Amino acid sequence: MKKAAILCFLAILACSFIMTSCSPKDGESVANKAEAHVTIKNKGSDTMVNLAQAWAEKYTEVTSTASVEVSGGGSGTGVAALINGTVDIANCSRQIKPKELEQATQNTGKVPQEFIVGYDALAVYVHHETPIDKITIPQLAEIYGENGTITQWNQLGIRNSACPSDRIIRISRQSNSGTYFYFREALLGENRDFRIGSLDLHGSKDVVEVIGRVPCAIGYSGMGYATSHVKMLAIATDENASYYAPTLENVLAKSYPIARPLYMYSLGEPTGEIKAYLDWILSAEGQRIVEQLGFVPVENN
Amino acid sequence: MNILRKKSAANLPFSETVIELFIRLCGISSIVFVFGIFFFVFREGAGFLFNGLDLTEFLTSVEWQPTSLNNKRYGAFALIVGTLSVTALAMCIAVPFGLGAAIFVSEFCSPKLRETFKIVIELLAAIPSVVWGFIGLTLMNQLIIQVFNAPIGLTMLNGSIMLALMSVPIIVSIAEDALKAVPDSYREAAEALGATRWQVIYRVLLPAAKNGLLAAVLLGAARSIGETMAVLMATGHSVNIPSGPLSWIRTLTATIAAELGEVARGDEHYQVLFIIGILLFTITFIVNLIADLVIKGIRNQ
Repeated sequence: MKKAAILCFLAILACSFIMTSCSPKDGESVANKAEAHVTIKNKGSDTMVNLAQAWAEKYTEVTSTASVEVSGGGSGTGVAALINGTVDIANCSRQIKPKELEQATQNTGKVPQEFIVGYDALAVYVHHETPIDKITIPQLAEIYGENGTITQWNQLGIRNSACPSDRIIRISRQSNSGTYFYFREALLGENRDFRIGSLDLHGSKDVVEVIGRVPCAIGYSGMGYATSHVKMLAIATDENASYYAPTLENVLAKSYPIARPLYMYSLGEPTGEIKAYLDWILSAEGQRIVEQLGFVPVENN
Repeated sequence: MNILRKKSAANLPFSETVIELFIRLCGISSIVFVFGIFFFVFREGAGFLFNGLDLTEFLTSVEWQPTSLNNKRYGAFALIVGTLSVTALAMCIAVPFGLGAAIFVSEFCSPKLRETFKIVIELLAAIPSVVWGFIGLTLMNQLIIQVFNAPIGLTMLNGSIMLALMSVPIIVSIAEDALKAVPDSYREAAEALGATRWQVIYRVLLPAAKNGLLAAVLLGAARSIGETMAVLMATGHSVNIPSGPLSWIRTLTATIAAELGEVARGDEHYQVLFIIGILLFTITFIVNLIADLVIKGIRNQ
């Protein structure tokens, strides 16, 4: 009986392996990596992980001498790896802190070099049925900030009928996220903290996924993560200013108030394959991918 | 006795001595590892624990603001309450199911059915916790929203169900062993006295297997307290004192997992996370100690 069950299980397992190995894409990329001479290790920001992966995939068509290994984990994780010297390029959705710069220099003997590889507009998301289209920064600060006064949807002047309790559920990010730091600074400056009791999710995608299911929720994430279940709000710096939606034009024109640069850091002045990769990212071809994924390309290209 | 042993040891061939030494080392190593881990965790956290951390604030305040720029606060009370409440609720679900299943498998099942059950239960134990977390984040989230009409399904209840599903296999296999260990003569004697099946179980088997059953429950609880990934994904990960099963919470383990990746080594925040580790160590130590005392108490009766 036990043997039969185990055999049955193994057969199912074998079948599933055969079926999955038929898909050609995986096989190809593995083969490419095996041939490559140099592997560039690239780690960091969750906001940038899709972008970094898209670059890495496209780059296999450009060259056969290098391949790129991408992993996420958060900006802090990427910088920590850079400090330990275990990655070649760290992705960061915030600027490196002076203390981290110093640690990296001390630890590895090389000064991290900064490259701005694109811009990201941080969109404020709500469920697609929530009857609100715009919000101001001070309102967001009262929702998210410590001792904030806004806890109900009706305080924003709307009737959110899909949310019976009317209580605003704040979705935030875990505190090693560059998005968390940037949003806090953009909303509250340096002297005020987020109010505790928000749901701190692990990843840009999770935020949008959860908001898509929860009519009471409000949250923030990169504008590239929008789905049909959520809505992005237009934002104004205060009541009297005009509202701007998170679009490519508004970010490029610097009128959308919460947009930020996306950084890549290399250890020391990049050379060889790493330099070639960064140059390609900043080229027109690399920047086209930035636009395709819903981020904003660097202007001078 | 001692002389006999020494004499035989002297006559043993060399290979036996080596094997005996190896086995002895294996035995001692577990003690060394436990103390080694405790020493390491304690060393990393000790500096701040004795010099700087306000222990009263740590144990009684809900303000967990470790990444604040000006006003860092390390209040772990909400995290402690979160861990304890989610474990308690998980045990409320898992203990009846686990013990019931163990009684069914050991007393009522045909041998053929029992084999199948055991294989399936072992499979249940083999599911990785991140998969449970994923189920909690998507499937169970939706289910709780629909069944309880809750605004969001990432709640204590969700985490508890996931933890219960994870600890049931442990409880079942250990409790079943304990029930099997009760000599058949007990059952036969009870039945000869005219006891019904229910009376045999309730009056004879359960009291006789008490120690083993308690060990099963406590090991299940220990698994729940230590579980990280599933509760990180399913409970909402929010610093919050729960007001009921539909509140969202954050646990001690999830906090370490979410934040340790980001902090600079030796930083205050880093040390506080290790102090949380010491706290977890203490909690499990107390659980084990209580178990030991209870079992001893039962034995002495």
